[in-house]
Amino acid sequence: SDISILSLQIRFILLQNRQGKTRLAKYYVPLEESEKHKVEYEVHRLVVNRDSKFTNFVEFRTHKVIYRRYAGLFFSLCVDITDNELAYLECIHLFVEILDHFFSNVCELDLVFNFHKVYLILDEFILAGELQETSKRAIIERMSELEKLE
Amino acid sequence: MSGMRGLSVFISDIRNCQNKEAERLRVDKELGNIRTCFKNDKGLTPYKKKKYVWKMLYIHMLGYDVDFGHMEAVSLISAPKYPEKQVGYIVTSCLLNENHDFLRLAINAVRNDIIGRNETYQCLALTLVGNIGGREFAESKNPDVVNADGWADRMAQLLDERDLGVLTSSMSLLVSLVSNDYEGYSSCLPKCVKILERLARNQDVPQEYTYYGIPSPWLQVKTMRALQYFPTIEDPSTRRSLFEVLQRILMGTDVVKNVNKNNASHAVLFEALSLVMHLNAEKEMMSQCVALLGKFISVPELELCVLFVVDHLLVGHNDAFPATLQENMTRMLMITDAQDIIKKHQPQIITSLKDPDISIRRRALDLLYGMCDVSNAKGIVEELLQYLSTAEFSMREELSLKAAILAEKFAPDLSWYVDVILQLIDNAGDFVSDDIWFRVVQFVTNNEDLQPYAASKVREYMDKIAIHETMVKVSAYILGEYGHLLARRPGCSARELFGILHEKLPTVSSPTIPLLLSTYAKLLMHAQPPDIELQKQIWNVFKKYESSIDVEIQQRAVEYFELSKKGAALMDVLAEMPKFPERQSSLIKKVEDVEDTADQSAIKLRPQQLPSNALVLADPQPVNGTPPPLKVPSISGIKVGISSNWLDHESASQTQSQPNGDLSKAQSQIPSADLLGEMVDSLAIEAPAVDMGSHQRVYREEDGIPDEVDGTAIVPIGDQANKVEPIGNITERFNALCLKDSGVLYEDPYIQIGVKAEWRGHHGRLVLFLGNKVTSPLTSVQALILPPAHLKLELSLVPDTIPPRAQVQCPLEVMNIRPSRDVAVLDFSYKFGTSMVSAKLRLPAVLNKFLQPLQLTSEEFFPQWRSLSGPPLKLQEVVRGVRPLSLPEMENLFNSFRVTICPGLDPNPNNLVASTTFYSENTRPMLCLARIETDPADRTQLRLTVASGDSTLTFELKEFIKEQLIAIPMGSRALVPAVPVPAAPLAQPPSPAVDANDPGAMLAGLL
Repeated sequence: SDISILSLQIRFILLQNRQGKTRLAKYYVPLEESEKHKVEYEVHRLVVNRDSKFTNFVEFRTHKVIYRRYAGLFFSLCVDITDNELAYLECIHLFVEILDHFFSNVCELDLVFNFHKVYLILDEFILAGELQETSKRAIIERMSELEKLE
Repeated sequence: MSGMRGLSVFISDIRNCQNKEAERLRVDKELGNIRTCFKNDKGLTPYKKKKYVWKMLYIHMLGYDVDFGHMEAVSLISAPKYPEKQVGYIVTSCLLNENHDFLRLAINAVRNDIIGRNETYQCLALTLVGNIGGREFAESKNPDVVNADGWADRMAQLLDERDLGVLTSSMSLLVSLVSNDYEGYSSCLPKCVKILERLARNQDVPQEYTYYGIPSPWLQVKTMRALQYFPTIEDPSTRRSLFEVLQRILMGTDVVKNVNKNNASHAVLFEALSLVMHLNAEKEMMSQCVALLGKFISVPELELCVLFVVDHLLVGHNDAFPATLQENMTRMLMITDAQDIIKKHQPQIITSLKDPDISIRRRALDLLYGMCDVSNAKGIVEELLQYLSTAEFSMREELSLKAAILAEKFAPDLSWYVDVILQLIDNAGDFVSDDIWFRVVQFVTNNEDLQPYAASKVREYMDKIAIHETMVKVSAYILGEYGHLLARRPGCSARELFGILHEKLPTVSSPTIPLLLSTYAKLLMHAQPPDIELQKQIWNVFKKYESSIDVEIQQRAVEYFELSKKGAALMDVLAEMPKFPERQSSLIKKVEDVEDTADQSAIKLRPQQLPSNALVLADPQPVNGTPPPLKVPSISGIKVGISSNWLDHESASQTQSQPNGDLSKAQSQIPSADLLGEMVDSLAIEAPAVDMGSHQRVYREEDGIPDEVDGTAIVPIGDQANKVEPIGNITERFNALCLKDSGVLYEDPYIQIGVKAEWRGHHGRLVLFLGNKVTSPLTSVQALILPPAHLKLELSLVPDTIPPRAQVQCPLEVMNIRPSRDVAVLDFSYKFGTSMVSAKLRLPAVLNKFLQPLQLTSEEFFPQWRSLSGPPLKLQEVVRGVRPLSLPEMENLFNSFRVTICPGLDPNPNNLVASTTFYSENTRPMLCLARIETDPADRTQLRLTVASGDSTLTFELKEFIKEQLIAIPMGSRALVPAVPVPAAPLAQPPSPAVDANDPGAMLAGLL
C-alpha cells in the first residue's frame, strides 16, 4: 500500500483578519500558489459575511471549514465533511489559549510582528494535518527550550 | 525578536501603507532589494539571509507571488547553526510543496539531520517531512517507511504508551492506517477500548491533558473514530467493555454553562453516538441514542451536529457493502431500525430546511434525501418542491435534481412521478437540467399505461398562460408521440393540439423549434381521419422554415415536408419511438460521477468521506463567489448497481434484427467502442427525442430502421447477446451471508435479491427481497427451493411478475432437523423481455446459524469435557494447510460463527477453548465443546478436538470448523485434506454429504 493514500484530517489552517489580511497560512495538502491565494480569498469571504448567530461550520467546496472569531481575527480550519466539527472548534480554542499563554494576553499585533513564532508554535501543535500535542504546558516548555537555542 | 529589527521595520512600513497601491510599491522595492542581495550573495551573512527569507515568507503571506529565493530558503536547511536551520525549515515548508523541484535539493540535508545525533534537528527535519514530504522524501529516508504492510504489531505496541501526547499522535497514525485497510489491526481493538476506558473514567490523566475538566476530548474522539473503521467488534469481552464505556459517555453528558466545556463534551458525545450506531448496538442503547438526538436537536448550536450524526447513521450501516451496491433496497434491508429512528425526527429536519443558517439548510436537504424511502417519499418530495420556490438560487439546481431522483426511485406509482417532474419543470424550469425531462420521456415511452395519463397532464399545462421552455419541449415530445391517444377528449384533436403548440413557437429558442417540427409531422400523421385543413397549416409552417438560417431547422422542414407528401410512407418513418433500452438513470449516474472522484479507500468504510488527500479544487463560479452545491456527501447512500455501460444485450439483439447491413458503415465512423460508450452516454436518452433531424438519421429512418442510436451496430453479435451476467461474486456473497444475517444474495442488471434472516433455536425465518431494478416488469418469476434432507423449508408464494422498480418480499420458514453441513439451494428464474435468466443460489441456512453463542467458566467446561471421553462423541484431528492466523484473529473467526472462545480456560497460551449450543429438532439444545491447540512454530497446522453429546453433531461440527479454518471465509475452496491422528481412530458416521437422493446436497456440491 502506498503511504500517500493515507487519510489526512486538517487540509489547511488560516488566520485572517476582518479585512482579509492573512496572518498565518499553513497548508497540509500540496497546492499551487495561485490556488492558495484563491482559497484564502474564498474562505475569508465565506466566514466574514456569516451571521454570528449561525454555526461555526460552513461547507467549502467539497470540504468544510470550521472557524472561530476572536476580536477581529478569524481562525479557520478546513477538514473533511465527516470530521467531528466540535472537536476541531475546540482545537482552535486550544491553539488560541496556547498563543495567549505564550504572548501573555495575545493581540493581533503580536501575531503580526512575531508571525515566525506562530508558525513554530503551530508546528508543535499540529503535524502533517494531525493534532500532535494537546498539553499547553508541554508546548510552552518546548518553545522556551527552542528560544534558548536561538 | 532580538536582532531582527529589519524585519520589524519592514512589517511596520507595510502596516503604515495608506492603500493597496502603496503596499505593492513597498513590497516591490523590498523584493528588488532581496533579489539583488541574493544575486551577489558572497558577502551575505547567515543573519541577513535569515532576515530576507523571513521577509519573503511575510510577503508571500500578504498574497504576493514570490518567484525567487526558494533556493536560499532551502539552503538554510543545511546551515550549521540552529537559528538559520529553523528558518530554513519553516519557510521551506510554507513556500514549497512536495511537487516542487527545489525540494529535491533539500532531501540530502534533511536526511542528514534525521540520521544525525541532534534531537532538535531531527524534530525540524521530521516536521518538514510530515508537513510537505511526499513519497520521494519518505523513500530517501527509509525505504521501509513507504510500505505500511506489517505495521500491525508495531502499531499495537505504540498503543501501550502511557503518555497522552504520544498516544494522540499514535492514534492519528492508527486512524490513517485503518481508514486505508482495517484488516490485520484487530489486535489494536482491545487497546483502543482500554485507552477510551482510561479517559472516560478519568483514570491516571494528568491535569495538563484535561480540557475544561474533560480528559483529552481529542484523543477520545480520535479513538472512537478509529473504532468506526472496523466493520464490527467480534470479541465479546472487548465489545462488552466498549459498550460500558459508551454507556457512560452517553449518560454522563449534559448541557452546562461554559461553552468550551459544552463543545468538548458534545464532541465526545457525538462521536460516541456515531460509534454506537455503527456497531449496531442492542435496541435499548439505540433508543437511548435516539432520545439523546431528540433532546439535542432542539439546542440551536447542536442542531447541525445532530444532523451530521443522523446522516452518518444512514450511510454507516452500509459498510459491509461495496459502494456500488448501496441501492435503496439494500439500505432498507440493512438499516430498517435506523430508519425508524430517524423518521421520528423527520418533522424537525423539515423545519431545519427553513433555518436561516445555510449550513443547516444544506445538511437538512442532504439528510432528507438520504432518509427518503417508499414510505415517506411523497411527503419529502412535496416538501422539497415547496421549498424550491423559496430556496436561494445556489441550491435550486441541486434541489430539483434530488427531487427528481427521489421521485423516480420511490414513486409509489408512475403517474405520481410524472406529476412531480411536471410540477418541478413548472416551478423551477430554469433549474431543471435536460437529463430530468429526458428521463421522464424515457419512462413514459417504456410504460404504455402511462402514456395517455402523461399526454393529458401535459395538455393541461399547455393551457397555462406562460410556461417554461422545458415544459414546451416535454409537452411537444409527449403530445407528438401520444397525443392521438387523447383524440376523443375535448380540446385534444390533432388540430387543436397543433394550435396550442404552435402558439408557443414564437416564444421558444431555436433549439426547440426542430422538436416542434417533429411533433407537427407526427400530429399530421396521427390525424384520423386525415385533416386537410391541418395539413395545409402544417405544410405552411414547413415551407416557412425551409429557408431557415438554422441548418437543423431547415433540414427538418424540408425533409418532413417531402415525407408528408408520401402519404403511407410517412407512417413508417414517423412510427412511434421504440422503447428505450433499460439503463441507469442518467441523473443517478451524474450524481455517481461526482462521487467517483472520491478516494476509494475512504469510500470503503465511510461512504460519505470525500477525497482525502487533496481538496477538490474544481473552481466553479468565482464571479458571484457562491460555493458550488455540495453534491458528493449527500448522495452516497443511494446508488444503483447497474453498469454504466448501457450498450447491453437488448440493443445488441435489436441490432441482430436489423435487416440492412449498416454495420460496416457504423464501424468505420466510430473508431472504438470506448469512445462510443462515452459518446452514447453523453447523449443519454436524448438521442431519439431531439436528434431526429440529423441527416443520416432521417435517411436511415427512410430505410425502415428503427430509430436507435447509431452505435448499437458495433456491438458484436454473438451468444452474449442474451446472457445476463450477475454483478459481483455469488460465492463471496454467500460466504459473507454465512457470517451475517442480512445482505445481498444475488444481483444482475435487472434484479437484486436480498436476504434478511432471524434465527431462534432450530427455527429460522429468512425473508427474500426480490427487487426489480428496471422500468419494465420482470415476468415468469419462479423460485424453487431444493432442500437438503436435514432442513424443512417452506417458501411463501412468489408472484409471477415483479412490477417495474418494485420490491417483493418472500418469507421462507426454516426448521433444522438434525446436524448437517449440507446447503439448501434456491433455483431462481425470471424473464426479462424475451430472455430467460436463471440462477442456482445457495441459501445461507447453514450449520452455524443454528448455534447459540455460549461462554463457559472453567468449572462448567472441564467436567463436561472429561465426561465426553472419546470417539464417536469426542473427535480429534490434526488439521494441516490451515490459513495462518494470529491467535486473536482465530478467536475472532470462531466468535464470528458463534463458537464462543472462553478466554483463559486453557493454561497453555497457544491453545484456545470454545463452547456453543447447537439446536435441531432431533438433538434439542446440545452443548458443544472444542479445543484448538496451535503450534507457534508452524501456524499452518493445529490439532482440533470437538466434543458433544451427539456423534453426528460432533463429526459435522468438526468438519465445519475445519472448512472455516482451511478456507475462510472468502477464499477459494481449500486444498489440503486433514490427516486423522492415528492415536484417535475415528468412527465416522456416514456422511450425509454423499446422500444421492438429496437434490439440494448434490447441487450444493456442484456449486
